[in-house]
Amino acid sequence: MQPKSEEDLSQMIKGANGPLRITGGGTRPIGQCEGEDLSTAAMNGISLYEPGALTIVAGAGTPIAEIEETLAAENQRLAFEPMDHRALLGTKGTPTLGGMAAANVSGPRRISVGACRDFMLGVRFVDGQGTIIKNGGRVMKNVTGYDLVKLMAGSYGTLGVLTEVSLKVLPDVETTATLRLHGLTDRQAVQALSAALGSPFEATGAAHLPKGPDGDPVTMLRIEGFEASIKYRAEKLQALLKPFGAVDVTWDDAAAWTAIRDVTAFADKPGYVWRISAKPSAAPELVAKLDATAVQYDWGGGLIWALADEGRDLRAALSDFDGHATLIRGRADVPAFHPEIPALAAITNGLRAKFDPRGILNPGIMT
Amino acid sequence: MQMPQPSASVIGRKDQIVARLSEVLPRDAVISDERETRAYECDALTAYKCPPLCAVLPATTKEVSDVLRICHELGVPVVPRGSGTSLAGGALPTADCVILGVAKMNGVIETNYDDRYIRVQTGRTNLSVTGAVEADGFFYAPDPSSQLACAIAGNIAMNSGGAHCLKYGVTTNNLMGVTMVLMDGTVVEIGGAHLDAGGLDLLGVICGSEGQLGVVTEATLRILHKPEGARPVLMGYDSSEVAGQVVTDIIKAGILPVAIEFMDRPCIEATEAFAKAGYPMCEALLIVEVEGSDAEIDAQLKLIMEIAAKHNPVELREAKDSDEAGRIWLGRKSAFGAMGQINDYMCLDGTIPVSSLPFVLKRISEMSKEFGLDVGNVFHAGDGNMHPLILFDANKPGDLELCEEFGAEILKLCVEVGGCLTGEHGVGIEKRDLMNVQFAPADLEAQMAVKDIFDPAWLLNAAKVFPLDSSQPRRAA
Repeated sequence: MQPKSEEDLSQMIKGANGPLRITGGGTRPIGQCEGEDLSTAAMNGISLYEPGALTIVAGAGTPIAEIEETLAAENQRLAFEPMDHRALLGTKGTPTLGGMAAANVSGPRRISVGACRDFMLGVRFVDGQGTIIKNGGRVMKNVTGYDLVKLMAGSYGTLGVLTEVSLKVLPDVETTATLRLHGLTDRQAVQALSAALGSPFEATGAAHLPKGPDGDPVTMLRIEGFEASIKYRAEKLQALLKPFGAVDVTWDDAAAWTAIRDVTAFADKPGYVWRISAKPSAAPELVAKLDATAVQYDWGGGLIWALADEGRDLRAALSDFDGHATLIRGRADVPAFHPEIPALAAITNGLRAKFDPRGILNPGIMT
Repeated sequence: MQMPQPSASVIGRKDQIVARLSEVLPRDAVISDERETRAYECDALTAYKCPPLCAVLPATTKEVSDVLRICHELGVPVVPRGSGTSLAGGALPTADCVILGVAKMNGVIETNYDDRYIRVQTGRTNLSVTGAVEADGFFYAPDPSSQLACAIAGNIAMNSGGAHCLKYGVTTNNLMGVTMVLMDGTVVEIGGAHLDAGGLDLLGVICGSEGQLGVVTEATLRILHKPEGARPVLMGYDSSEVAGQVVTDIIKAGILPVAIEFMDRPCIEATEAFAKAGYPMCEALLIVEVEGSDAEIDAQLKLIMEIAAKHNPVELREAKDSDEAGRIWLGRKSAFGAMGQINDYMCLDGTIPVSSLPFVLKRISEMSKEFGLDVGNVFHAGDGNMHPLILFDANKPGDLELCEEFGAEILKLCVEVGGCLTGEHGVGIEKRDLMNVQFAPADLEAQMAVKDIFDPAWLLNAAKVFPLDSSQPRRAA
């Protein structure tokens, strides 16, 4: 099914007599569920873009590429840097706005500017009974009623099918520099990244590759802004990080950050791919427990990407920790989403039952 | 503003309720004497007052849990209260409610600079969160004007903003985790020292739920290193259209100031008479502040001044040092006080798309004539959040009602141009009955469905946010 409008979609959901498997561009098959395909691809197009107000509104099926091109023409961008999952998951198709929002997809800049959910200003969606609902709006400051926009972000279609999303956008930057430290242990690397992120010099990327492109550890920081400011901050950071060794500075180097964003290092390697959100300083210890084939740290250590044996649930090795682990690439033999404690599971299940009483929207995908 | 009829049955059981609460709380933490409960009869929306049945001041999450469990068991409504600075009536009691104040819970539990967070008890004031980390160079970014007094609990309930949110975001963007007590006494931990939710983003819907989903007792907040410095420029223009264009041009030039504040002529006049900040008399005044090292600030201000100069300003003044910066901010920071010198005022909080500013100001000025009430406008121009201040005389019969009617018309206008009823103060009781202007019944139903799950008996702060006729079947059930 491919509804062309919100009303169409509402009718289709009302008339559905079995589970629906909701897709945007189908590039992020995270979690497993069965059902008749329902694509939002035809509800597309940018309906409003006000560069002076830093706001864009578009249909859920709008390709992210179209949004990024439109923004680039006005020298603006999606600051949260949404990951493109295609290489990692071996999918084809076109990543869409709705898919990005439903999976709350961000990238390395999340550590400084916030996640996709922080940039979502408003949504329109159709719930499991076919009711059309709007929440939030197109303005940046809005506390009118409950923030269902956040609830929809990362709900993987289980509360409703997104039809429209409004986003806050930000100006693009004049200059980017990448700072690299070499040969650090994971623990040293996270300490170095913490020192930089805890400074006034505004790093917008903070990653560590225990095995970089040459097989040796590389620790990376990104700074962005006007050229004079970048030069100044690069010098300050070099001085600050001196205890960790020499710091190379490369101008631009967007490709290196795209590779981190998209975790391309794991793309053609077999194994399950895990995404673990953790307290940064605890990350090296957690990684030591994982017995993973390969890892990559982003968000100053707060985001661990791990490549591990097929069929293994890494959560067993992590036991109880401050954070959560999601299986991004794997099969149904391991639950994709982190189990919730009973009191929260009761709330989550209660909310799903309210918004989708028949349990037909991506049933079971978030377990 | 109508409030639901208090439950005679609950009021009749006051002694039993107080006795049960006294079993789980120290003697001085239960306030039931009518002379003392009066201290809790209102928040900063002082036009509305109602002493509660009693007030409790628990000191721990366990005590909060005990209080809520007992109230749940006895069917007693509860109104949570931070510092009582809500401008929307968010902490206004009903005669049959227990006020649950978190003021005693004001400690710092943990500060962690490596992972850049602080964990506090939510009775702690906003400014004292920064106070706990500023000696080490850090700060907590959301800075509502009431930050000296307002509590983190209330900030979370209302998703408070501030003058610097264009760069740093509002509470929800800086909140990493909470300990929350549900109405039945269950204690839940949501989020923590890590980023983003593993399942549904419950933290996201709790923030801004106006104390209707649970009582947040502890919070993990993101802290940042302070910028090396900050400096403002002041610019005056002959029309709000031009000032609006300047804001747009600055943003389009790729500069992201930490604050862009706007004041209109009535506000400038009042402020000058009061604070003598030396502002130019003009139609629109902008204060734009940027951050960074001295050199970075110079570079950004140079670009901003170039843009400002192109639009033929009445005045253009750059702060060279902290004294001049202080003078530029002086008028803006005394704007509310200045308006208060003239008369009583009501502060509104709608948000509009920035592009609609000239139209909205023109309409407000026309309405001001129709209603015969003066109004001054202060506006966070970067994010579209406006604060019209309507002057009225509280001692003149009918003036408050007239002012409320005028306020409602302004908020309807905000919605009409694509904005919303409240940008940072919250709905409370103040905007409760206007929710139908912004939302269709199905939109409100979806929000109320969330409360059904967290608080099925609708005991927590239930007379707020949703129009009484919409929430009636649930409150009565």
